[in-house]
Amino acid sequence: MQVTVSVNGEEYTRYVEPRLLLVHFLRDELELTGTHWGCDTSNCGTCVVLMDGEPVKSCTVLAATAAGHEIRTVEGLALDGVLDPVQQGFTEEHGLQCGFCTPGMMLTARALLDRNPDPTDQEIREAISGQICRCTGYGTIVRSIRWAAEHATDEIVS
Amino acid sequence: MQVPAPFEYERATSVDHALELLARLGPEARLLAGGHSLLPMMKLRLATPEYLIDLDGLAGELGYIRAETTTSGSPPSEVRIGAMTRHRELLESELLAGTLAIFGDAERMIADPVVRNRGTIGGGLCQADPAEDLSAVCAAVDARLVIRGCDNERTVDMGEFYRGPYATAVGAGEMLVEIRVPLRPASGSAYEKVDRRVGDWAVAAAAASVSLSHGTIGSAGIALTAVGADVRSTEAEELLAGQLPSDELFARAGQLAAEACSPATDQRGSAEYKRHVVGVLTLRALQRATARALREAQSCR
Repeated sequence: MQVTVSVNGEEYTRYVEPRLLLVHFLRDELELTGTHWGCDTSNCGTCVVLMDGEPVKSCTVLAATAAGHEIRTVEGLALDGVLDPVQQGFTEEHGLQCGFCTPGMMLTARALLDRNPDPTDQEIREAISGQICRCTGYGTIVRSIRWAAEHATDEIVS
Repeated sequence: MQVPAPFEYERATSVDHALELLARLGPEARLLAGGHSLLPMMKLRLATPEYLIDLDGLAGELGYIRAETTTSGSPPSEVRIGAMTRHRELLESELLAGTLAIFGDAERMIADPVVRNRGTIGGGLCQADPAEDLSAVCAAVDARLVIRGCDNERTVDMGEFYRGPYATAVGAGEMLVEIRVPLRPASGSAYEKVDRRVGDWAVAAAAASVSLSHGTIGSAGIALTAVGADVRSTEAEELLAGQLPSDELFARAGQLAAEACSPATDQRGSAEYKRHVVGVLTLRALQRATARALREAQSCR
């Protein structure tokens, strides 16, 4: 079937099998491999992308369903070469070790800060509770998101 | 890589269109709501539908939570929830927080915030997983479920809706469209759940609702999750009716609910442990539901 999906502001049309999952559409069809593919069971959250601004697990969304929605991936976080404050925060506060969970964590952080620009640490922890960091770097991830909240004025609005 | 078996895909644009597609495609078609139960089942090949009818486009038509008033000037008589309402909307609803707090109790513990952005109440109820939380919630608060076919509409209670694990009253060519929950004066509700880790399925959970009448319990609803119980714990409900609320009474109700259920020993715990948990959770749910009912009774005066 033919699907047209809007990803990071650009429309992509591809012929795909209806059973193709969004995570594989992004990685294999569009070669946007920033979205990671992990547990396949909507547990780990490394495949999180934003769908109309809200985080979803792209291993549990069909590419066909994503048609008609705005998808934003980690490749769409930086704008015109300027890092999003969330990306900058992960750099400043050492929010990653191996980096596998990082794209999903950063997109969930972006969605959280868009709704709640000054979250408490508890709210940050709640927001990322559907995502697993197996380096167990949660403390630094929370600090990275905190950093982004405190430097929100640097954000470039898309 | 876990991938569903091949299927043909259709996108419904309205409830009527979804029903037309169901009628045309026959029994090998399945409805896809939020996808967080059906797609995992399809990846494991536990479900292999030939056709998938995607209801994503119905998130507007069937995504709502509203109070319904039967006679003008009187307070709302029920809350109506569209079947495509997502978990997150249920959790964030001020209407539900003020009238049926049990939904917020349960939603806070269903999966995780990202999954709650997609999963729907109708999808969860129709999946009818024995460990699914909203089935017990709906049973305890006397919810009625509106099932539509091409040229018929019927309304059933949870006792009729739930036909056992993964089986519901929704027949071929039909779909669940709405959940209706009655609002009673001086009533309260609560959900208590024990899970092994945040977002996991319940080891056991208890849903309770209590309606007070002149300080005594007019009626109570109790339903359990994940412990092989009947849709409602009727022995415990009958014990409570007409009684003065007390912790001792609630403990006895918890005991009756625990005796009547039949949990299975599995990786989440032994049957004996789960039965114990049911007693404690039923007691706590009744305490919290009653406290909420008392607050509401006071605010009505």
